[in-house]
Amino acid sequence: MSTARGLETSALTSWGRTLRAPQLVFAPSWRDELPGALRAAVAARPGHGVLPMGLRRSYGDSGLNPEGAVLLTPALDRTIAFDPATRLLRAEAGLSLAALLAWIVPRGFFLPVTPGTRHVTLGGAVANDVHGKNHHGAGTFGRWVRALGLLRSDGTALELRPGDPLLAATIGGLGLTGLVTWVELELLPIASSVMQVEDEVFEDLDGFFRLAEASAGWDYTVAWVDCLAKGAALGRGIFSRGRHAAAGGLRAVEPPGLLRMPMDAPGFALNRLTLGAFNALYLAMGRRRSGRVRQVPYLPFFYPLDGIAQWNRLYGRRGFFQYQSVVPPAAQREATRAMLTAIAQAGEGSFLAVLKTFGPLPSPGLLSFPMEGTTLALDFANRGAPTLALLARLDAIVREAGGRLYPAKDGRMPAAMFRAGYPAWEGFQEHMDPHFSSAFWRRVAQP
Amino acid sequence: MTAPRHVLILGGTSGIAVATARLFAAEGAVIGLAGRDAARLAEVAADLTARGASAVPLFPLDLATEAEPAAQLAAMRDAMGGLDDVLLAYGMMGPQAEDERDATTARRTLDVNFTSAALWALAAAALIEAQGRGGLIVLGSVAGDRGRRKNFVYGAAKAGIAALMEGIAHRFGRPGAPPGLRAVLVKPGPTRTAMTAGMDREGGSWAEPEDVARIIRRAADKGGPIVYAPGRWRWIMLVIRHLPARIFNRLDI
Ligand SMILES: Cc1cc2nc3c(=O)[nH]c(=O)nc-3n(C[C@H](O)[C@H](O)[C@H](O)COP(=O)(O)OP(=O)(O)OC[C@H]3O[C@@H](n4cnc5c(N)ncnc54)[C@H](O)[C@@H]3O)c2cc1C
Repeated sequence: MSTARGLETSALTSWGRTLRAPQLVFAPSWRDELPGALRAAVAARPGHGVLPMGLRRSYGDSGLNPEGAVLLTPALDRTIAFDPATRLLRAEAGLSLAALLAWIVPRGFFLPVTPGTRHVTLGGAVANDVHGKNHHGAGTFGRWVRALGLLRSDGTALELRPGDPLLAATIGGLGLTGLVTWVELELLPIASSVMQVEDEVFEDLDGFFRLAEASAGWDYTVAWVDCLAKGAALGRGIFSRGRHAAAGGLRAVEPPGLLRMPMDAPGFALNRLTLGAFNALYLAMGRRRSGRVRQVPYLPFFYPLDGIAQWNRLYGRRGFFQYQSVVPPAAQREATRAMLTAIAQAGEGSFLAVLKTFGPLPSPGLLSFPMEGTTLALDFANRGAPTLALLARLDAIVREAGGRLYPAKDGRMPAAMFRAGYPAWEGFQEHMDPHFSSAFWRRVAQP
Repeated sequence: MTAPRHVLILGGTSGIAVATARLFAAEGAVIGLAGRDAARLAEVAADLTARGASAVPLFPLDLATEAEPAAQLAAMRDAMGGLDDVLLAYGMMGPQAEDERDATTARRTLDVNFTSAALWALAAAALIEAQGRGGLIVLGSVAGDRGRRKNFVYGAAKAGIAALMEGIAHRFGRPGAPPGLRAVLVKPGPTRTAMTAGMDREGGSWAEPEDVARIIRRAADKGGPIVYAPGRWRWIMLVIRHLPARIFNRLDI
């Protein structure tokens, strides 16, 4: 039904929930319906075009097309081929990483790269060229894509492989080069679904950089920082590193009954006080187990937040912004220190402040976010003007350092900031599908 | 190694059927898929094969108009090398207003969801009983529990199937019947599948096909002749069935 005519709704927001606007939704279930659905979507919203939409785990407006049409992919979730010998898996773009893990883990395979939630689609992972805790060793998701199918609005169906310029535009291409219909991915062999994990508390920012350098031999590294700490304690936190264990069995592990945020939290739930209490507690917990190698199932290690469905409602009705930056090695210490100082002074920021160093492996996409250096990611409840002012201060620090922001997490960066961070954006435009668009793109490319 | 289970799915491209077939595939089952669209069946087959199914024979045919279900079923069983379960999962739901306005449309809704389904269920029951073991699982709907103005034509067909399946279960359970016979009607509540893609599906009453699939998979091994999916619908429908008309009629459900 909706494959032919579409359904008008304002219910589809992205993870940050700051933008609510009507979109015309098409939800095909089969590959043979795609050309028709795409044609209908383009015809229905001539001025605004169409945008593919996965599981809406992007935070801001890069996955939204207000007043325009969107093509929902999650019903396209079939595996097309899998060869355990070559480890190549080909599947439709709407397949979620969660559904994929549920059946490849018991067979001894894992995702080569995974973001911090498994509720994202293959198409979404390609379009943002996502990164994980193993960036220093594995690079981005796009590096493991061996081929993909791209459907353009003129009806041509292309099969793209590494080396093809259109593939470089499509990886990290924010859904703007056409509809990714299937993805072929090289999987990682694992001997066990158990993770070996070690946490280490660091007392300041230098401590973080020391641990990051010393941990290059670990597959996965990431750090949590106490974003309220100031002065000598600025940048203190918990560094955690992990690797796939060699034994312990291969279990898909369905999470036991999901906790769910029953409603939007009232605006006062998240404030300096609760945040301070949480951070103190978390740090104390970290100190207790610091330096001890533990065995943990893979789910809580990779996806700590997936156990609470709709945790984004914690930030209340007005939603929240995430701010994820990367700054190159030359400036990483000063820039990170300056950002953490500004955040602590403002007393904003979130439970989850994440710090990680990206390795030197080049990202394959023209607009891929990761580059060598340090990345910092935080959530900020949307409190209006003061929040936007703080983010603007952070922008200045990132720009000065020659860094950039992650479009998947962005809902507000000025056009100039985007263009400075992604000099390839102009060349990217020639690869765009003329009928694809998004709120983000209209904001950063056309003012 | 135990021998793989042989599961035949009538309506192999339905969203709930595919989710259920994936559970059987993970167990290494042989899964026969019958349905109208050969290309789409082949896509489902590729998915199930990758996920571990031992074999996925395809039977492209129009279940709604097939005149010889018994002969077809026997042929499918032979092609599959045996038959342990039959899952009848096809169906269609058009806008109720069109069913009320147009007799051809209404007839199609009734033929697909009741007449043809009943004939396949009868043929499958006979085959299962003849071989002395096997399970027949049919997808009904909570819509069959009480006629509601939003979908009572579809609901009437599903109510008819419910009575038929109760009868088959009654027959399978009679004293002296072989012990290995199962007949189950599964009644899903609203589920996010392609069939309902045009509806507003936000809100807590909607289930994912995977939730329903797990219940169907369990029903293939145990449970009563009527299984609600998810289970809370048993209590919701109990209340709805017993609402006095003067209250029921005011509800826009
Ligand atoms: C809790 C949480 C943790 C996260 N952690 C990380 C992390 O560690 N690393 C990281 O990199 N990201 C992370 N993310 C962001 C997330 O990985 C990306 O936003 C991802 O792209 C979301 O995929 P999706 O399927 O939800 O797609 P959506 O958010 O729906 O869409 C994302 C983009 O992909 C495009 N798209 C989707 N499907 C297709 C298709 N078939 N063809 C073409 N374009 C398509 C859309 O147009 C859009 O531009 C996190 C998000 C959350 C909520």
